Amino acid sequence: MPRWGMVIDLDKCNGCQACEVACRSENNIAVGGPQAAGESRTISWMRVQTEVEGEWPNLRARFVPQPCMHCDRPPCTLVCPVQATSRDSEGIISQIYARCIGCRYCANACPYTVKYFNWRRPSYPGSTVAGLNPDVSLRPVGVIEKCTFCHHRLQKARDVARAEKRPLREADYVPACSESCPTGAIVFGDLDDPDHRVAQLARDPRAFRLHEDLGTQPKVYYLAEQD
Amino acid sequence: MTDLEIVSRLPQDERVLLMPLVRTTKTFWRWAAVMAAISLWGLFAYAYQLRNGLGATGLNTPEYWGIYIICFVFFIGISHAGTLISAILRVANAEWRRSITRSAEFITVLVIGFGAIQPVLDLGRPDRVLNVMLHSQPFSPLLWDVMSIGLYFTASSVYLYVPMIPDLARIRDLGLRPRLLYWFLAIGYHDTPAARHTLERLISVLAVAVIPIAVSVHTVIGWIFALTLRPMWHSAIFGPYFVIGAIFSGIAALIIAMAILRRVYRLEAYFKDIHFNHMGLLLLVMSILWFYFTFAEHLTVWYGGEEAELATLYSKLYGAFWFPFWLMFATCFVIPFGLMARAKTRNVPGTVIASVAVVIGMWLERFNIVVPTSLHPRGEVAIAHYWPSWVELSIMAGTFAGFVLVYMIATKFFPIVSIWEIKEGREKSIEEVTERVSEYLPDDLEAVAL
Repeated sequence: MPRWGMVIDLDKCNGCQACEVACRSENNIAVGGPQAAGESRTISWMRVQTEVEGEWPNLRARFVPQPCMHCDRPPCTLVCPVQATSRDSEGIISQIYARCIGCRYCANACPYTVKYFNWRRPSYPGSTVAGLNPDVSLRPVGVIEKCTFCHHRLQKARDVARAEKRPLREADYVPACSESCPTGAIVFGDLDDPDHRVAQLARDPRAFRLHEDLGTQPKVYYLAEQD
Repeated sequence: MTDLEIVSRLPQDERVLLMPLVRTTKTFWRWAAVMAAISLWGLFAYAYQLRNGLGATGLNTPEYWGIYIICFVFFIGISHAGTLISAILRVANAEWRRSITRSAEFITVLVIGFGAIQPVLDLGRPDRVLNVMLHSQPFSPLLWDVMSIGLYFTASSVYLYVPMIPDLARIRDLGLRPRLLYWFLAIGYHDTPAARHTLERLISVLAVAVIPIAVSVHTVIGWIFALTLRPMWHSAIFGPYFVIGAIFSGIAALIIAMAILRRVYRLEAYFKDIHFNHMGLLLLVMSILWFYFTFAEHLTVWYGGEEAELATLYSKLYGAFWFPFWLMFATCFVIPFGLMARAKTRNVPGTVIASVAVVIGMWLERFNIVVPTSLHPRGEVAIAHYWPSWVELSIMAGTFAGFVLVYMIATKFFPIVSIWEIKEGREKSIEEVTERVSEYLPDDLEAVAL
């Protein structure tokens, strides 16, 4: 059984936000516009966080792209009263939009603040409607949504592999963010398969995870910058 | 003979205590109209929120919870007034309880409903609320909450109803209207010694059973926060801290209710100064306990010195939330302690001022628990703020007014002071207490065979 995970090389990330844009269009994320931004209600499954250290003039900025960490011990699934969010057998944290009651307990329990709530009815400007992805369901108002590691792509890749009567290959299933990254900073694959690049990179001495001390066991690794 | 004439001819206890059931003043109607208007406005605000989604609130990312969850904890806290206090006083054989238990139990039962709807008001999809039953996830503290509040509501309703049966039977026998209601609720009770004995057995069992249920309710509410990894929520003190806070605010709410009832229904002879003095002493003890718990909680956080925890702590002590924090400290400790520690100010006005302060302070405490932690997540997010919208404030006002309204209506159908318990107090207690006290005294050595 694969255990899907991601490694993000912070040395390679230049903060271009192509991953954010790719994620938006791939996953039909509603366009909140300046209103949502002003109210702090923007939905962004992949969020390039800018962290600034030090004080002027000795500043040091870095970019940390943050999708859902797909924890192996997720605090969010435990608190959900209706089992609308759970860890599937391949380690992906799923979200059932049709069952979620919108209590936002999972969003509060998540130490990474990567679960997003639909405060308003999602809107799509006319020009974007033709570009909506038919593989991804639209979310109604009042439910939580989050990064799924582009789970629909996995289903598609499996179908193709099955039709071609061959096993799933490493390059068959890649989320939109990883695919769009111009510097190749985002690597995706099976953390338990020693032939996959993520499995090797996750063992790199530079590898770390966010809030590792909390015991959530995230499956998104980062490679620290080298000075 | 009209109901009013029937009641006017009764002996003192029954006449005074049944009078509110048969005579309604203009002032009552005026206040009822005001409360109904505010409740309707709250209903309108909720309809607006249903139409527009939770976008109509001031909530955002990461301020996922706000006024509704604050009011949820607050109202369920108030509900500890009754059952818990009256149960403890009954179990402890505190004779001064007799005239105050009923009014306390009514607060409990009526406020639970207003508390329990708050999380539903807070849901993004209230239409799917039944999923909690259909797809229950037993590890969620929210599910434990649904169960413990359901049990608490059932238990405290029974605990309100059973001790009321002899009074209901008396009203039925007097033939007051609505006759069918009293005939139905009295369930054929006749006040024989055997029936009274069974009833008292039942009451003492209920009083004992209701205490752990009440403790579990607020413990579980504390756990909703404490079982997450959030800074200043993830704390073992939250269970007991919430129970203490709940009893604290419950006592305060009861004092306010007693003062109002005493004035509007001329119950000075039943809610006496001594009752306010005793309730004031309870308030004093609770305010000291509150201080102890609050100090222990904040000291632990500060001494531990974890970065994320300190960010939340400092925002309360001298950051963005210094005002609600220190106002809470003044209203939960300085004012009630200052007033209740002196016998001179432990009178009706003194206890009422202290109680109003405590009710405000305990609302603020829940604000200081929910909001600062929400706005200080571990991960860095865009700097956010939280201002409740008119919808949230209207719904809050509506629920407060709705509670006052149903309490007012309840006093028009049920005697707010237990008539039979007062009578029992007059007839039996003096003898019983004398006997009890003489039992405590040292034996006469000469009379006891050595």
